[in-house]
Amino acid sequence: MVVCALAKHSLRRYLFLNIYMAASFVVSVGRFHFLNHFGLQSSEYVYFYLYSDVLLTIFLYFALISLYALVFDEMKVQSIVRLAAVLLLVGTALFSYSVIAESADKILSHFVFELSQNLYFVGLVLTYLLWGAILKLRETRTRLIQLVLSLGIYFSVFAATLALRNLYPNLHVVWEYVAPLFGCLLPLSWAYAFLRLPEEARLSTARLAVIPR
Amino acid sequence: MMATGILLFSLAALLQFFSSYCRSLIAASSKQPLSPEVKDVTGLTKGASGDDFARVIQLLHLCPERPEDRSSVQAIGAYFRMINFLRATVARVVPSLRAWTEFERAQCAYFAAVALDRRIAFSRDMLAQQMDT
Repeated sequence: MVVCALAKHSLRRYLFLNIYMAASFVVSVGRFHFLNHFGLQSSEYVYFYLYSDVLLTIFLYFALISLYALVFDEMKVQSIVRLAAVLLLVGTALFSYSVIAESADKILSHFVFELSQNLYFVGLVLTYLLWGAILKLRETRTRLIQLVLSLGIYFSVFAATLALRNLYPNLHVVWEYVAPLFGCLLPLSWAYAFLRLPEEARLSTARLAVIPR
Repeated sequence: MMATGILLFSLAALLQFFSSYCRSLIAASSKQPLSPEVKDVTGLTKGASGDDFARVIQLLHLCPERPEDRSSVQAIGAYFRMINFLRATVARVVPSLRAWTEFERAQCAYFAAVALDRRIAFSRDMLAQQMDT
């Protein structure tokens, strides 16, 4: 995806999206290295997986906030968006800490896991709100619309998977495969948006509302 | 209880995001005119209808695949099945929904025809490159 953005001269405009994708690639290489050297059940791999996951989730959160900044760029409210984003992130971290504060052992690992889960849900709600704002403001940039919708699909699949994992923990074998499978969708759809859609492409949001008019 | 709530919200959001994403793909391709050859091959001379979708997809699978449109074609395939399900269930009792599902199915068929057009052009380019070398 980063290569596609670079080829289409969109690297700087969508910088946080590209940073997330580049970080995702580096983390995947790191995970493979830990998996190869220490094995799937090793604490080294589990810790690396957990900490890298929360890091990636935070990068993705900022990628989403950068999409907010793009949608609201004409209103010149970037500083308010940034401040609100940081406050929400701190609030989510405090909430995650309050949830796991009772458990005495491995408090940092529990915190990291909880924060990652909560950020996925916060990301889903924020993407939903952003989609509402796009429809309300009649945003017409096709590429931006597709980037937001792809992110919405990604967040909702992950939030649903996490909820299912909590509801049916015995099916952990299934959930292990579902997450990586759907994880491929985001880079693919983002790459498609960069490769196929020029920045100038426009689209009427009235055509995207699901309810027939 | 909390997990069930999150699951229901996520699934509702997923459905909405997915439908809107597919409609954005369709809308982006609906502006592109079809070449006379594709109109001829697919039989879409008087516009597309939902019943053409399966045939156009079959033709699409005969052409060499382009990696960049694989995921979008699959997404539209899933959207078409979803619309078919709606048509066979809820749309039977809601007439306005029936007209809407027919329109959406036709749009899916047109999207597939545009993808076919691109694949044919892609195959031609590849062949031309091979002839040159």
